Amino acid sequence: MSLKPEQVRKVAFLARLRLDEDRVPEYASELSGILGLVDQLEQADTDGVEPMAHPLDLTARLRPDTVTEADQRDAFQAIAPATEAGLYLVPRVIE
Amino acid sequence: MSRLRELAGQLAARKVSAVELTREALARIEQHDAELNALITVCADRALAQAAAADQALAAGASPLAGIPLIHKDIFCTNGVRTSCGSRMLDNFVPPYDATAVEHLDAAGMITLGKANMDEFAMGSSNETSFYGPVRNPWNTDCVPGGSSGGSAAAVAAGLAPAATGTDTGGSIRQPAALCGITGFKPTYGRVSRWGMIAFASSLDQAGCFARSAEDCALLLQAMAGFDERDSTAVDQPVPDYAGALTGDIAGLKIGVPSEYFAEGLDVGTRAAVEAGIKELEAQGAAIVEISLPHTDQAVPTYYVVAPAEASSNLSRFDGVRYGYRCDNPSDLEDLYLRSRGEGFGREVQRRIMVGTYALSAGYYDAYYLKAQKVRRLIADDFRRAFEQVDVIASPTTQGPAFRLGEKLDDPVTMYLNDIYTIPANLAGLPGISVPCGLVNDLPVGMQLLAPWFEEGRLLNAAHAYQQATDWHTRRPAGYE
Repeated sequence: MSLKPEQVRKVAFLARLRLDEDRVPEYASELSGILGLVDQLEQADTDGVEPMAHPLDLTARLRPDTVTEADQRDAFQAIAPATEAGLYLVPRVIE
Repeated sequence: MSRLRELAGQLAARKVSAVELTREALARIEQHDAELNALITVCADRALAQAAAADQALAAGASPLAGIPLIHKDIFCTNGVRTSCGSRMLDNFVPPYDATAVEHLDAAGMITLGKANMDEFAMGSSNETSFYGPVRNPWNTDCVPGGSSGGSAAAVAAGLAPAATGTDTGGSIRQPAALCGITGFKPTYGRVSRWGMIAFASSLDQAGCFARSAEDCALLLQAMAGFDERDSTAVDQPVPDYAGALTGDIAGLKIGVPSEYFAEGLDVGTRAAVEAGIKELEAQGAAIVEISLPHTDQAVPTYYVVAPAEASSNLSRFDGVRYGYRCDNPSDLEDLYLRSRGEGFGREVQRRIMVGTYALSAGYYDAYYLKAQKVRRLIADDFRRAFEQVDVIASPTTQGPAFRLGEKLDDPVTMYLNDIYTIPANLAGLPGISVPCGLVNDLPVGMQLLAPWFEEGRLLNAAHAYQQATDWHTRRPAGYE
């Protein structure tokens, strides 16, 4: 599978990555190389094989529904790029 | 005697204090790290304060690791100490909490000297993708130390610290350990908590350690391992006495040698060194059995779907809003996301996020992600069958010794194939260790040993028996004796 520049732009947007336009052809060629490697998977016969999501085949553990987290808002917001009155600031979304 | 036990003996006998050991290590870092670039952050004041406290505790009798300095890979969150993960994205990130593994080693009284350089978000096999520049291999500073835990491996090899932590998602402990001539140990998936360890691929990531011997690794695992409610994939199993498993007796142990790991691509000198290592195990009474792991060829392709897919999801949390890098003057929310991530992540991380996003996108999920998960089971089943026949598996850790800086950086696929012998154990979740087994062109190479799930004791004992009879693990690079 080889990727065209417009596919790279689309995937980059889905992943919310702004790419330098002049780098797009390089990315297209590198990603195509990686997908070429990955395409070897087609050679494996996986008829009737159950997909493996966890290396130990364990399912997620349940825990009691109790409050375990203390309020650490000040500590977490101390490292935020922009906050005000206990809220995270981002550019205006609604005009 | 193991280096950590030797240090513990000196500390207990009051021949040296934790403060003295820490000062000595800090001086060594000062002396050598300008050349190696193994550390991103050195926390001298904090380390000396920890050491002073350890000296107090030593008076009261403490854990066998108390007062011994170590270095943490910069992927483990350390309360109040910048944790960058080798990325511009987290260049300003000072976590308000400790990773569980760090907490455990702190509780054992170990001293944190600093944070080790690494490939950005642990994505790399050469430590060249770090935002903080490449690490150099102390055996030959024109060569890479391996990756992604390259700073940890180079630091231990150069004697900047007797031990370091690392993480292994596709070989990121075992491969740099092999290329730097030290012992690197990845426990079973879920054996050590992932809490506070910045996530790359959550079904593969596993914390482990670097040291000078398997015995040292046993002592470190003893402190690191254990159930943690905060990690939903940590396994609730008692932690056995790992050091107690080190009898050095491997008579009758059945060691499988997979033919697929000695096929095309393996360097001649490396093959000879590993074969000599296997002979040594045989000389100690182990029975060598030829085995087959037929889906080995599929491991790298499988990994490069599963790992990027999980990474693209895990790394979506870096959005420039709550912590980490934010672009200047975003025009709107979308611009904030696009540019913060476009500017904050390096090229290799961006490549993998895009591969993962593509593999998970509508129309491709079945062909890539689901297919890879099925092949992953075939690979794990290969091991399951092999371990019905043998107790331990022995192979090379890498195809050859350290390569030169820049040699593979522009070709991701060639770089990825570096991990061909280490990736299968991650896909299956198995414990593995790399032990130094020779020198090729004056560069170290490693022998990898793998054991069944949760048989770390057996694995460490096989490595220990090998190290009792050989001295490759005691060799030091010239200039760093």
